[in-house]
Amino acid sequence: MKTNDVILQTTTKVVFFIIFLFSIHIFFAGHYSPGGGFVGGLLTTGAIVLLLLAFDLKTVQKALPFNFTIMTGIGLLLALGTASGSIFFDVPFFTHAFSHFNLPLFGETSLHTAMIFDAGVYLVVVGAAITMIQTIGGDT
Amino acid sequence: MINLLLFPIILPFFFAIVLLFFKENIRVQRSLTVIGLLAALTSSLFLISKVKADGVQAITLGSWPAPFGISMVSDMFSALLVTTTIIITLFVVVYSFSSIGKERERFFYYPAILFMITGVNGAFTTGDIFNMFVFFEVLLIASYLLIVLGGEKRQLRESIKYILVNVISSALFVITVAYLYSVIGTLNMADISVKIAEIGQPGIITVIAVLFLIVFGVKGSLFPLYFWLPGSYAAPPIPVLALFGALLTKVGVYAIIRTYTLFFVHDIGFTHELLLVLSILTIIAGCIGALAYFDLKQIIIYNIVIAIGVILFGVSQMNESGLSGAIFYLVHDMLIKGALFLLIGIIIYVTGTSNLRKMGGLMKTHAPLGWVYLIAAFGLAGIPPLSGFVGKMLIVKGAFEAGNVVGSIIILASSLVVLLSVMRIFIYAFWGKPVELPKTDRRPYRSMMIPSVVLVVLSVLYGVGTEWLIPYMSDATDVLLQPSIYIDAVLKE
Repeated sequence: MKTNDVILQTTTKVVFFIIFLFSIHIFFAGHYSPGGGFVGGLLTTGAIVLLLLAFDLKTVQKALPFNFTIMTGIGLLLALGTASGSIFFDVPFFTHAFSHFNLPLFGETSLHTAMIFDAGVYLVVVGAAITMIQTIGGDT
Repeated sequence: MINLLLFPIILPFFFAIVLLFFKENIRVQRSLTVIGLLAALTSSLFLISKVKADGVQAITLGSWPAPFGISMVSDMFSALLVTTTIIITLFVVVYSFSSIGKERERFFYYPAILFMITGVNGAFTTGDIFNMFVFFEVLLIASYLLIVLGGEKRQLRESIKYILVNVISSALFVITVAYLYSVIGTLNMADISVKIAEIGQPGIITVIAVLFLIVFGVKGSLFPLYFWLPGSYAAPPIPVLALFGALLTKVGVYAIIRTYTLFFVHDIGFTHELLLVLSILTIIAGCIGALAYFDLKQIIIYNIVIAIGVILFGVSQMNESGLSGAIFYLVHDMLIKGALFLLIGIIIYVTGTSNLRKMGGLMKTHAPLGWVYLIAAFGLAGIPPLSGFVGKMLIVKGAFEAGNVVGSIIILASSLVVLLSVMRIFIYAFWGKPVELPKTDRRPYRSMMIPSVVLVVLSVLYGVGTEWLIPYMSDATDVLLQPSIYIDAVLKE
């Protein structure tokens, strides 16, 4: 008998974006409230896993055509690059910089290089977790 | 350049990340690995000269004041170990070009090595006990990949044991750090040393000292905790084995030396006596193993255990000769173990077996290999002009000064056993009736010989150039003997 997942798939299409937006929110909120790169990354992974459950591996790979190993590498480079930037200013490694900016749409915003580091963590977590799930779940 | 001491850690890390992008391109993998290691080597040589000129280098990451941020500290001891680590890795990588095989090279072999070097160098350089745990995990997780890479049945079986033992000991490490933190309230190693001196090492600190000995004893294969080592190390291919044998156990030894000279120096009668007894038992257990086997790999693996015992015996004396002997012997042992593993790798490649009884007469066909092996074997046993002599002599001298006559005699006797065990390889493999050799290509043999010979030559220079090395070694010993130098460098203000 051919199963029909229409309810699951339709719900997933809506819920995926809610989870994804929530993970982005958690990621950006990390500096002032609980959250950050790690949880944000795991939530994004959770959203993608939901897609994997509702559809199959091939469809998801077609929808999200990233090489997740490369994504891990980019994340590591971002993290290391943020930390190493301090070398060029002759201050100790990992010294972060921050300042307030007046952005056109957001108004007065404080930006901190720790966020770039966090983005690196986010990419590493997503890349590594999805690589694991794809490797275990895949046929090869 | 206040960040100079971080370069030997950052550079391998950076190149390891870059290599992730070129998974399939073996030529890029090889050349970038060598470039990265050469760059790291240059920076570590600069670091040695900087430490020699200006004393202990310390930096607290993120511009935080000293006990609150993560401090990285490079004294002469750690700078020497970092340099030795990079040198050995460089030769092992060159050796792997012709021996590890394309399949493994395509599956993150070189990134794993570079990540492991990141962890090893970080563990040697860090000045924060929890950060040391993190670097231990970095090197261990990379070593898990290296031990299982290839997926042979034996590797799979032994990697389960290896991972299990290390996960347990890592958990114990965290628990021990938690105890220490709850008693002392700080993680910075210099600060811990100050706080322990203030409260004068009550009983609970001694308990923590013993727990640290257990944790690092598992990592560094001390007597009752070395049970996992012979099986696990025999599983991976030779270049990986050489890296493990030369570097991984030595990180555990370094951690014992660091904690037992910086933290737990107020109840030497108990802690260092325990270390002394365990190290002698380690030597005896290693000697028994080294004589018992007819397998090339096992003989050299048990020689690692013996060397760990000898180094820690030197440390447990807590006097100048003992400690500087331990440092001399530690660097020597890293070099010579690397060289010996590479050489027996060639013997195994040529004869197609690691069973001594099935070899013979290699001297007729592979004379240069025989002579180089003989020099390395003499160096390991500590015959005077070669590298093992000075360290062991200083250790024995220190032991006599401290009144441990029995211990020193056991050390001297263990040298005989070491010599016997490696000479047995020489006699069985190189003398006697030639056996029929499997047909092997001559080219990989030559390209494997080059790094091994250079490493042996380096170890000979290390022995001959002792006079020139003494100022560096005495700098290293001073920091270990007087923790105040280390503390002042970290907690400047």
